[in-house]
Amino acid sequence: MPKQLMKGNEAVVRGAILAGCRAFFGYPITPASEIAEAAALLMPEVGGVFIQAESEVAAINMLFGAASGGVRAMTASSSPGISLMQEGVSYAAGAELPMVIVDVMRGGPGLGNIAPEQGDYYQVVKGGGHGNYKVIVLAPNSVQEMCDLTYLAFDLAEKYRNPVYVLADGFIGQMVEPVEFPEPKLPQIDKTWCVDGTAETRHNLITSIYLAPEELEQHNLRLKEKYDRIKREEVRYEAYKVDDAELVLVGYGIVSRILKSVVDIMRGDGYKVGLLRPITLFPFPDEKIREIAKTAQVFLVVELSTGQMVDDVKLALNGMREVKFYGRCGGMVPSAEEIIEQVKSIFEELEKEIEHQK
Amino acid sequence: MQVTLQKAFVKIDKEQCKGCTLCIETCPVDVLKISDRFNSRGYHYTEYVGDGCTGCGVCFYACPEPGAITVYKRGAIVDEEVLSEA
Amino acid sequence: MATTILKKPSTFYEVFTRKPDADKINTHYCPGCGHGKLHKLIAEAIEDLGIQDRVIIINPVGCSVFLYYYFDTGHIQVAHGRAPAVATGIKRVHPHSIVISYQGDGDLAAIGGNEILHAANRGEHITVFFVNNAIYGMTGGQMAPTTLPGMKTTTTPRGRDIHNEGYPLKMAELIATLEAPVYVERVALTDAKNMAKARKAVRKAIQIQVEGKGFAFVEALSACPTGWGMNPPDAERWINEVMTKYFPLGVFKDISDKVEPVKFERKILTPEDIKKAIGIDGGEITQVKKYQRNTVAEKYKNPKIKIAGFGGQGILLLGLVLTQAGMLEEYHVSWLPSYGPEMRGGTANCHVNISETEIASPLVSIPTVLIVMNRPSLEKFERTVKPGGIIFYDNSLIDIEPSRKDVEVVAVPATKIADDLGSTKVANMVMIGAYIGYTGILTKESVFDALDMMVKRKEFNELNRRAVEAGMKFVM
Repeated sequence: MPKQLMKGNEAVVRGAILAGCRAFFGYPITPASEIAEAAALLMPEVGGVFIQAESEVAAINMLFGAASGGVRAMTASSSPGISLMQEGVSYAAGAELPMVIVDVMRGGPGLGNIAPEQGDYYQVVKGGGHGNYKVIVLAPNSVQEMCDLTYLAFDLAEKYRNPVYVLADGFIGQMVEPVEFPEPKLPQIDKTWCVDGTAETRHNLITSIYLAPEELEQHNLRLKEKYDRIKREEVRYEAYKVDDAELVLVGYGIVSRILKSVVDIMRGDGYKVGLLRPITLFPFPDEKIREIAKTAQVFLVVELSTGQMVDDVKLALNGMREVKFYGRCGGMVPSAEEIIEQVKSIFEELEKEIEHQK
Repeated sequence: MQVTLQKAFVKIDKEQCKGCTLCIETCPVDVLKISDRFNSRGYHYTEYVGDGCTGCGVCFYACPEPGAITVYKRGAIVDEEVLSEA
Repeated sequence: MATTILKKPSTFYEVFTRKPDADKINTHYCPGCGHGKLHKLIAEAIEDLGIQDRVIIINPVGCSVFLYYYFDTGHIQVAHGRAPAVATGIKRVHPHSIVISYQGDGDLAAIGGNEILHAANRGEHITVFFVNNAIYGMTGGQMAPTTLPGMKTTTTPRGRDIHNEGYPLKMAELIATLEAPVYVERVALTDAKNMAKARKAVRKAIQIQVEGKGFAFVEALSACPTGWGMNPPDAERWINEVMTKYFPLGVFKDISDKVEPVKFERKILTPEDIKKAIGIDGGEITQVKKYQRNTVAEKYKNPKIKIAGFGGQGILLLGLVLTQAGMLEEYHVSWLPSYGPEMRGGTANCHVNISETEIASPLVSIPTVLIVMNRPSLEKFERTVKPGGIIFYDNSLIDIEPSRKDVEVVAVPATKIADDLGSTKVANMVMIGAYIGYTGILTKESVFDALDMMVKRKEFNELNRRAVEAGMKFVM
């Protein structure tokens, strides 16, 4: 199949349908609306369901219903809409329902603006709803990955019976790039746990209630065991020129693309700079960061926020190395040149320190 | 052995009765009464006085518990042992 | 033959093994609770209709949260108020299932007010049982949206004051005003006469779904002796004598014999059908065409292009056509529309990369090529152009000249040329022609093919092509 030019938000829906997704429940919000629009156009063409819900609260609960039926189903929204969905995500995590949620992040807090930001890291990666739960979070940095990671998200959701987020930003959603599409998977239903209105599933119960404290504790521990398994088995990242790097840039989504330019430009000028791009934000590539820290002196985390993922880098390093942060927010996006300035000043500091130590 | 009932009767499982008395309240022929005794859960339970049930079934629908009341209408075909409880 | 034995319907589990306490025979409800009476009617109807395997019950939050203890059917336990949304989701993906949404008054009329109205308004093929006992039972007797004026609850200790808490919501009446619902009735779970009516209503509401007719809603006035502080017979009398004055019983809407049943059919597609349906089967392009690239001067290679102008000038399309043509010529490409703080004052802009190597950042902060079609864009972006770069500007609209001396400047009267061709709308195409003609970065052939792919209205093809050619001619 030849590559096709496509907008990130539209590639999401194709990736989903190719993964066998046949239901979409959404509520319009900039800059994620193209996803709902593409789903409205395409879902009926493949025998799927599209409903524009009355709110994000309803959308996530419709998704809860469809997911209970063992059908691959999804929603998409942007930051304030995701805030509204958090109740449903907590319930889905508790009831162990597979579902895919795409968050095309925008500026906050509150109404903020519709410009790209990465301010949802905390609310998505750290839970956001109540209770002890984790969601798998995939962070695409290209239109190709909007398709591929959405496609993967459905497999992971089903494998672990857990909500999976595709965490994108306004840029990745709006961008147009060539995409090569994966092969279609045909929808299948696992009747061992779902309810689909047949005799085989009549005894199945979808619930997040465990009334007895002992039982709820057991349930939580079982979930934790699942999350630990995810941590062991599903870490994904891209490490670029980190082997001999003295300074390693860390960024995800659109930022990682800018950081890659920074690495290329600065390597040309002889600076030993590398890039670590987490592709899974949960599970976070802790081990890889510690491995890099054996050789790298310092880490510079760049985000479209005032500093959220930087916490996870610090936790991974646990004081092993210094972690610097550079962030822009509100829709302001750092240019490569701006970051290069930051990197250079860190190198100058390092040199001064070395001088000082002599 | 199965027999055909010649007259209706109502069977109350005292352990499933919570003594709400809605069946007694609704019975048109007044053949249900509250017992002086308690069931194992501490409820005074409803008893059938033993005669006069018309099998109308209103007590069955008045009762909120799924299996506390069973109504056998006249003509019902039942096991002999059920009859012995009548 | 009429039923001769009235016994526990087989829809109920024989033993309630899901119940965590020692008592696996009785319900968790208080003596005289209306929930049990409604459960029995629903269970009996499911048994009689022979649909037990197909039934999925949505368990709400409230006293009836544990429906799954009792009914031997599929169950989904859901968040407070969201039952109709969850019911919508499951019914839409499994239309053959019989979805019963069971909700109390706090759940349905307060926190879930929006979900029930919209599910009803969409005419979801679900059956809704609404238990109205005028109080929050499970949480200990607080005010419900259906609490009667003057009625004392733990959160209306002086009685519901209509000036503070408003009036009770009449949900059946509200739902009945909507177009889509097929059947709406209010019943009372009280004396023999009312129970007979309730029994009929419950069966009808489920039957409507079985027949594929649409949304059915039964509101059941139900006793909460514990919450009301009454004995069960008094509680039922209170419903009959007091509650029904405010919440009259009866059918509020019934169009069940007028609506056409819906037949649900599932589309089964092959992998090839799927690709075609979502437009990734390659469409009309049957074989990949090879394009002969122009020889491009070093300084024009790997351009980072920013294109800017007024909204409506076709700025975004200009960028997309370059991107598509670049892809046809097997370059790495990216396109990013104006987005965020740059998008002000009705201007539009986009970033395009056409590169021989993989594109790291798709953002163009320091363009090597700036194409501007209005003055504000020139003023805004001129200074960002990389030294040695190139600026194309529409001098039929921009009445100043770029002041940079370290860049190439190409003035193109694009709008005027377009106007002469018959439409100012193709000024963007003239600019494409000027850019590819001047730099040779893309061939006319790939641009024409890109236009065919990007512009859906084929009647513009001829004019667009002439405009591209006119732009090329102007600079060459």
